[in-house]
Amino acid sequence: MQSESHEQLHLRRSRISDRWFMAGVYGATGLFVAIVAGLFVELYAGSSSSIRAFGFNFLTSSHWNPVTNQFGALPMIYGTVVSSLIAIVLAGFVGVFGAAYLVEFAPRAVARPLAFLIELLAAVPSVIFGLWGLFILAPVLRANVEPFLQAKFGFLPIFQGFIFGSSLFTAGIVLAIMIVPTVSAITRDVIAAVAREHREASMALGATRWETMARVILPGATTGIFGACVLALGRALGETIATTMVIGNKPAIAASLFQPAYTLASVIANEFTEATSDLYVSALIELGLLLFVVSLAVNGIARVLTWTVLRPAKAR
Amino acid sequence: MTTTRSQLPFGRRPLTAHMRWRYGWSAVGVIGSGFCAGLAASLLLLILGYVAIQGVTALNPAFLTHVPRPVGVSGAGVANGIVGTFIVVGIAVALATPVGVFTGIYLALFGRGRFAETVRFLADVLSGIPSIAIGLFAYTLFVQPFHHFSALSASLAFAILMLPLIIRTAEESIARVPTRVREGALALGISTYSSTIHIIVPAARAGIITGLLLAIARVTGETAPLLFTAFGSQFWELNPTNPMAVLALQVFTYAISPYEDWHRQAWAGAFLLIVAVLILNVSARLVLRNRFEA
Repeated sequence: MQSESHEQLHLRRSRISDRWFMAGVYGATGLFVAIVAGLFVELYAGSSSSIRAFGFNFLTSSHWNPVTNQFGALPMIYGTVVSSLIAIVLAGFVGVFGAAYLVEFAPRAVARPLAFLIELLAAVPSVIFGLWGLFILAPVLRANVEPFLQAKFGFLPIFQGFIFGSSLFTAGIVLAIMIVPTVSAITRDVIAAVAREHREASMALGATRWETMARVILPGATTGIFGACVLALGRALGETIATTMVIGNKPAIAASLFQPAYTLASVIANEFTEATSDLYVSALIELGLLLFVVSLAVNGIARVLTWTVLRPAKAR
Repeated sequence: MTTTRSQLPFGRRPLTAHMRWRYGWSAVGVIGSGFCAGLAASLLLLILGYVAIQGVTALNPAFLTHVPRPVGVSGAGVANGIVGTFIVVGIAVALATPVGVFTGIYLALFGRGRFAETVRFLADVLSGIPSIAIGLFAYTLFVQPFHHFSALSASLAFAILMLPLIIRTAEESIARVPTRVREGALALGISTYSSTIHIIVPAARAGIITGLLLAIARVTGETAPLLFTAFGSQFWELNPTNPMAVLALQVFTYAISPYEDWHRQAWAGAFLLIVAVLILNVSARLVLRNRFEA
């Protein structure tokens, strides 16, 4: 073999380093995809004995009894869905109108600090929301807010019965506080993406500022706002620690929001390390699989909804 | 002499009742939505205020330097949990950074077509998967086979939680490096490897670091996956293959205990956590701002 020139040597070396580099790039990407796929595979494998034992009844039975190895997830599904719905109704209202104010009405000097504070709210760890909810919020709700609601609206079944501090209602409010930043941040982007011409046309027709907001901007942003709410709902469904600390952890379905309840995530958090039988562990992992699949679907939907709105704005 | 509106040639006519109603309704809307924004922002101050007041009063030197002691014994601390947090998060950063940044490089520079779209979609969706499900994954993969809780399994869960944020910020900041920089490197005949590692990635450094800081902030306060991975410990533990105390987990355990003394320690721990997380978030913003000034 002929001796290489300096350039040839250099070229050969850079080809080799390029090959290694691209292997690293594709390797990392492949590993990432494998991890996501592995999540599903592992959770499915872990819950296989529970799936075999209970089948579809797992979702429809409300007996959760580790002593007799009977596991039905209905009370937890109910608690998860109801606490998240309370959260999204409250957080959706506050988050959407708050975002509308920040984008359209607020002077810059007000909007920037408020937006900063709301964004930081998203950074607070969930264990701190739980701590605050347990020791500060729950006593206030039990002593003041819940008796008030019962006195005024006690004819509704959801506000009847004995009042507990740790309840679906408390969990819903804590979750609402936790997901407000998600609703607000995405709604702000979505509202800002509504075409400038639409607002100007509306103002030129003599609409007031609020009429422009309510009849032009918000209707134009509906899809994106819906996406923001779905994404926030996903956060609420999977939230674990804060919910576990304030919901009361009782696997029962009650009409009243003032009763303790249980969620999918908090059962796993509370019982996993104490699960004695293999079937028990498997049932808990199946709850995790359920959470995984549901939040995969919810986040997928949210991404499709917000992406159609936000992508043109971000086009490079 | 001042000129009032009524003296102008085209002065404003008195408002009709209908117009007054419309303006009034508009003001209600603006003020009402302003109230919503103020409410959301004040929630942070409310929570911060309680944690600061309750936390500072419970804080003392022993809390920062001692390990936990039985209920009622004075001089208890969370020093092992603070060190444990650094160990668990540190290993998670070491695991997640290379995978995340390289996946970000792939998406920004080489990612075309359906596979790249799938990877983007997975990164977005993974960021919404509950941390407890990811903790279960780490458990089945790393704890169950060895019949042994470990800090390493917690780091694995944390690394997976960090990945989406690292990937998407790396992708965005690398894609934002001007095309002329990339083309300049190509024109010089530099290899793909050199141009990416020595020119493009350094140019996108600020964005990548921001993403990393935010990802660290996210997992520093994360508790759910720790319950069955790191598990917690009452003692000094530096070996990552053993169960380990982590600050966030200690706060949770103390908070749900029935003891007044442990509640105080939970508040003090929460104060440390929130200070750490806020510092990480604010410095992430500062890194980005400096980039625009430079």
